[in-house]
Amino acid sequence: MGALTVVGFASVYIARQSVVSTASLTYAAIFFGVFLVAHFVARATVPFADPYLLPIAGLLSALGVTEIYRLSPDSAFRQGFWIIAGVVLFAGVLFLLRYDYRRIESYKYLFGLTAIGLLALPILPVVGQTVNGSRLWVHAGGLQFQPGELAKIMLIVFLAGYLREKREVLAQGRLKDFGPLLVIWGMAILVLLETRDLGGGLLYFGIFLAMLFVATGRLAFVAIGLVLFLVGSLGVWKVTPHVQERVTDWRHPWTSHPVYCPSAPGHLALRQNCQSYQIVQSMYSIAHGGYTGTGLGRGTVTTLGGSELIPYAKTDFIFSVIAQEVGLVGTAAFLLVYMVFVLRGIRIALLAQDGFSKLLALGLTFAFALQAFIIVGGILRIIPLTGITLPFVSYGGSSVVANFVLLAGLLLVSNRANREALR
Amino acid sequence: MNKQISQVGVAALVLIAALIVGTTYWQTWANAGLADRQDNAIRLVAQFSIKRGKIYASDGTLLAANVTKHVGGQTLYFRRYPTGPIFSDVVGYSTQSRNQTGLERSYNDYLTGSNANLDTVFHATLDRLKGSTVQGNNVYLTLRPGAQALALRELRGKCGAVVAMNPSTGAVYVLASSPPYNPNLIEKHYQQALRSGGKCGALLNRATAGKYQPGSSFKVVTATAALNSGRFTPDSTFYDPGYCEEYGKQVRNAGNPEAPETFGNVTLSTGLVHSINSVFCNIGKAIGAGLIIDYMKRYGFYKLPPLETPENERAASGLYDRHGRLFDPRHPETQVDPGRLAFGQERLQVTPLQMAMVAATVANNGLEVQPYLVQRVVSPHAREINSMMQLVVTGGTGTAAQISGVPVAGKTGTAETGVGDIYTAWFIAFAPADHPKVAVAVVVENQPGGFGGKVSAPIAKDVMEALLR
Repeated sequence: MGALTVVGFASVYIARQSVVSTASLTYAAIFFGVFLVAHFVARATVPFADPYLLPIAGLLSALGVTEIYRLSPDSAFRQGFWIIAGVVLFAGVLFLLRYDYRRIESYKYLFGLTAIGLLALPILPVVGQTVNGSRLWVHAGGLQFQPGELAKIMLIVFLAGYLREKREVLAQGRLKDFGPLLVIWGMAILVLLETRDLGGGLLYFGIFLAMLFVATGRLAFVAIGLVLFLVGSLGVWKVTPHVQERVTDWRHPWTSHPVYCPSAPGHLALRQNCQSYQIVQSMYSIAHGGYTGTGLGRGTVTTLGGSELIPYAKTDFIFSVIAQEVGLVGTAAFLLVYMVFVLRGIRIALLAQDGFSKLLALGLTFAFALQAFIIVGGILRIIPLTGITLPFVSYGGSSVVANFVLLAGLLLVSNRANREALR
Repeated sequence: MNKQISQVGVAALVLIAALIVGTTYWQTWANAGLADRQDNAIRLVAQFSIKRGKIYASDGTLLAANVTKHVGGQTLYFRRYPTGPIFSDVVGYSTQSRNQTGLERSYNDYLTGSNANLDTVFHATLDRLKGSTVQGNNVYLTLRPGAQALALRELRGKCGAVVAMNPSTGAVYVLASSPPYNPNLIEKHYQQALRSGGKCGALLNRATAGKYQPGSSFKVVTATAALNSGRFTPDSTFYDPGYCEEYGKQVRNAGNPEAPETFGNVTLSTGLVHSINSVFCNIGKAIGAGLIIDYMKRYGFYKLPPLETPENERAASGLYDRHGRLFDPRHPETQVDPGRLAFGQERLQVTPLQMAMVAATVANNGLEVQPYLVQRVVSPHAREINSMMQLVVTGGTGTAAQISGVPVAGKTGTAETGVGDIYTAWFIAFAPADHPKVAVAVVVENQPGGFGGKVSAPIAKDVMEALLR
């Protein structure tokens, strides 16, 4: 575990050196210290937990904070603050639930309802805020917060509890048993439609289908779910201009004739200079990396005029910057790190003894993998682009904090499973 | 439940694997196509983070330098042209908003250190590995700033061009196009740079791409064809009634259109010295348009003159059809009027650079001089034309080009523009005539009542003097 943390630390250190000087060492030392503390807390509270997950989280956060520093030093400072907050929450969750996390299962409906409440928060007047066409933000006392990230974990807890209890009944496929499930899920989707958070919608729906499949073993549910999703997506696409725009940008990012530019009404421009500017420049950025990349801190992230090359690079598009600077070799390694995280998570789900633990570990792991796929797949034009954060790497307080809670959950399940196995 | 967990696990891993495949696609297969796209901001930044090579004149005068700017943590290099408009059309410009022209464009590979030269490749790769700035190659030109500035000064307020070159090596000394523009204005004040040309229009390199009627200066080409045909010598005699009869119509001599000069019995030599149209008209009828066109080609007409500037900034000389296309007649005897062609009319369009090459070829004993070492035999009779062209300056239409103590060979040209008394004034020359060191062509547009001998010859004289000094 120590070795991997050092790698994470070294990556920050080296990259910092090429950008600035002594302040970098202090930064790296603090970062290292924070993860050392996290490590000791984990040793004390969950001594049998999987030894790979925390170092991986450290490595990914280190790479993230490095790239954010490169794009905007101020943001890196704030991100550092959020990482500390995440580690504190991580320690808190581990400490509170160190004896038996399974007691949260009895509060599953509370979790489910809180999740819906959190998701609905941005729709409310006064506190809600619309950013880039999506109403995802809560604004309170000078702090911005994206409640969807925490709601995701709460929904997973609810689904794990509910599906554990009802899995035999559900497997028979009687509609009335699906009642509460469909209600909660339907509300979640409605809220997502209202907030126009497409990435979130896809994420929740994917988690729901995966967990439902694991609980019931019925592939037909997945098939029906996917068909419903496709029909629903088509409907949304038909009525929402915002969605139509995203799909057009995805399929035809370049035009040779000027087209109507919705972001600057009444204005004609080539689409690559207008609404698909972001995805197009992101593709250039990735392609520019080639096999070996430009080197950390040496990529091109500003235009000739000095403005940001890719708008929102540090949140949604951090992958494009990383891909440019570390090249195919580095990016493949980076994605393999995600794979290792997913593998360990699946392993935890397999080793866990009870249904709730299995479903919880699988839900958390699948959420992690699917979220990475939705944003990076969007950037790579495998699927239409939707704004969502890259776990542990993207800039964003809510995302960082939520991912540390997700990590704590996996460690708790893993600790218990390994302890039982040793007994 | 474990079976399903494994299946979902595989699905999750497949999703991440798809991302690796996607990244591989963009960073390997798609990468070259994306890198070349015009709207690629990274490409632009990369272009400007190279420390572009400098461009120097023959005496070491700096013509293109770099200004450093720090943008977003990167050092960018932008162009600055210390000599302003003097070398504008040759050197061209390299900017972010207007791309590139001139040598900045055609020598971009050298200036950015991206040419395939092994030494350059080695150093550029080393620079990149070390992470230091890539430095381009410096380019040294044959141009002489003193004479170039002089030529532009004499052309000030007029539209025209001067080309001067070394007739034995082909080194170009002067490539001046008037009006020039200030390349430092292109980036931010493009319209101002554009307007600075007045009614003539700047941003056209008249020396290499300006097409003009050659008028009588073309008689040098006809004389070459005539002597080489073996049917004429410099002493062949003609009777000049003041006009030449073609297709039953009288084509009058130039000179003063009101009262055509009539010379009576003259030799070919006298015909060239006094630029008598009827003499050349009769030569043309005798040797035919096909032979003249043949010799035009030997002088380099009908193809782009081999200069290092971009191809679209050069034009080929020759006959042009109504649609502005180069016209190489398959049956010249029926398609071209040989008489008018012989004294430089017909549909002839020539560039100043081409006419300088004509003068240089004569000066070089008939060996056509080209940059890039290609030498071809054009005419063994160059000596005779040389001496006839000397007579033009000593006692003919080009006396204004005399330089004391230096024998000068020249030929005037005055092409009608079709508008009343307005002419295009030509003068091509070389000096010293016995051991030529410089060949020059001067063209001045729209001169009211101005003949080549009066308007262009003095400019040619001054430029040659400056270069010989």
